[in-house]
Amino acid sequence: MTFIRETLLVFSRALRLSIRNPVWVIIGVFQPILYLTLFGPLLEPVANTPGFPPGDAWQVFVPGLLVLLGLFGAAFVGFGLIAEWRSGVIDRMRVTPASRGSLLLGRVLRDVVVVTTQGLILVITALFMGLEVTALEILIGLAIVALLGGSFSAVSYGVALKLKSEDAFAPLVNGILLPVMLLSGILLPMSFAPGWLETLSEFNPMTYVVDGVRAIFRGDIMTSEAAAGFAVTAVLVLVGVFFGTRMFKNESA
Amino acid sequence: MTEKMIESRGLRRVYKTRAGEVEAVRGVDFTVDTGEIVGFLGPNGAGKTTTLQMLTTLLRPTEGTATVAGFDLASDPVGVRRRIGYVAQGGGTDPEARAGEEIVDHARMYGIDRDVAVGNGEALFAQLDLEGLWKRQCKTLSGGQRRRLDIAMGLVHQPGLVFLDEPSTGLDPQSRANLWGHIAGLRDDMGTTVFLTTHYMDEADLLCDRILVIDEGEIVARGTPDELKRSVQGDSVTIGFAGAENASTVATIASNVEDASEPEIEGTELRFRVPHGAGVLPGFLREMVAKDIDLTAVEVHRPTLDDVFLTLTGRSLREDNVETNPAEQAA
Repeated sequence: MTFIRETLLVFSRALRLSIRNPVWVIIGVFQPILYLTLFGPLLEPVANTPGFPPGDAWQVFVPGLLVLLGLFGAAFVGFGLIAEWRSGVIDRMRVTPASRGSLLLGRVLRDVVVVTTQGLILVITALFMGLEVTALEILIGLAIVALLGGSFSAVSYGVALKLKSEDAFAPLVNGILLPVMLLSGILLPMSFAPGWLETLSEFNPMTYVVDGVRAIFRGDIMTSEAAAGFAVTAVLVLVGVFFGTRMFKNESA
Repeated sequence: MTEKMIESRGLRRVYKTRAGEVEAVRGVDFTVDTGEIVGFLGPNGAGKTTTLQMLTTLLRPTEGTATVAGFDLASDPVGVRRRIGYVAQGGGTDPEARAGEEIVDHARMYGIDRDVAVGNGEALFAQLDLEGLWKRQCKTLSGGQRRRLDIAMGLVHQPGLVFLDEPSTGLDPQSRANLWGHIAGLRDDMGTTVFLTTHYMDEADLLCDRILVIDEGEIVARGTPDELKRSVQGDSVTIGFAGAENASTVATIASNVEDASEPEIEGTELRFRVPHGAGVLPGFLREMVAKDIDLTAVEVHRPTLDDVFLTLTGRSLREDNVETNPAEQAA
């Protein structure tokens, strides 16, 4: 109970600070809309190309964007944590009896809310542009995005706390995100890829997440693809929270 | 509550860096009694902050143990955390957050109800001259206000023991004096035990009941400010005289002064130490007049903690500020 109370306390403080920053709120809302309006139209002609996966252009494209949003929305949150550490907030909280896990999870929860809200905006905008999905499919798809965002946010905090330097953090996150993104078929489906590239992508956990959300969005909810997507994000969350909490515990008595 | 608020036994901390191991704290033993204000005095990089971070559970000691506020550091860090307040050198508020929200949220992390947290926070705001700043963003506060907010946050859960890391660094003289009044008030009005670090001699001298002088990770002296000052042999007497050719005569007169140290002469300036400098001065000056040597300046200087530090370490605290630890500075 104490743990939940502490987590909610850290969460509400973090969310309050996020919401109060109007620039971030505006960017947060318009980012998904930009993706859709500036990149979406390119994809419609591609959908007629041989090798395009099942589903129409939007059913393939929107899940990719959702995963992209989950990845990029969460992977860089560590920047904020380094700033917090620098201003002494992290140590100030670590001297309180609050559990180390709550210091992490409260912040992760904030990022999950932000990413999921952005995802919802993206899907609703996409509905106007021609995406056809049911409410249940949206719900399940967003649940995966929420888990994905949570896992990356936790890892991002852990890494940030380990490095404590923006100069070291930025290239590392970029260096990991770029191959993860390119090898997951987020932007263009891997069914276009030559054999070796497709094989390589099978080693990328994100591939299964993207495929999972795509399956869900074309209505194949009770499939192995959807289940794999869920399983992968669930494992990522566990690993991320374990690692992140360790970093918050690190060094202290 | 035990009589001893802090008992440190052989606390030691080694950092591993690329260049090898750095022994920041080399095993410190000391106790702090309930209701005392004890100061850790030393130059930047002496190991003050590291020791403080060990005592506040932020840093695991490489060796040694400590009992803080009645709880063992290693076996019950949460027990320690519940009973202490900590004000870091760089503070601990988010620049974007509002002052009142920060203090209430902080109090609630100790399990304090919102209403009580607000009450405690408002009382501290009143006590520390922060009235009217409840809704202000922390970044809009002046240096002195922010420092007092940091201290208010460290006290909001009413701990019996509070750690202040360099409380007045970076403040203008007026704000410093004001802050000292508040810190002394913590002990006098609330019975709070205060453990602070400082590299200011005047701060340690004015504020502390007891001082631990730390240098290069070791405690090199301890005692009340007066005891430490008495450990320096006497007052320093400086005499300016006319004519460099009179140096040897002046030196002879000085060496005849009872209990005086070996006189040092630099050009036309004589320096020596003697207990009760003001008392020996008239006799000394009569001798000078008898030898027909003109005086240009006379100065008697009561020993300060600066002198104590110089005597103990061979270095002045002020000179030491040159090799400031960049990490400590940034924090």
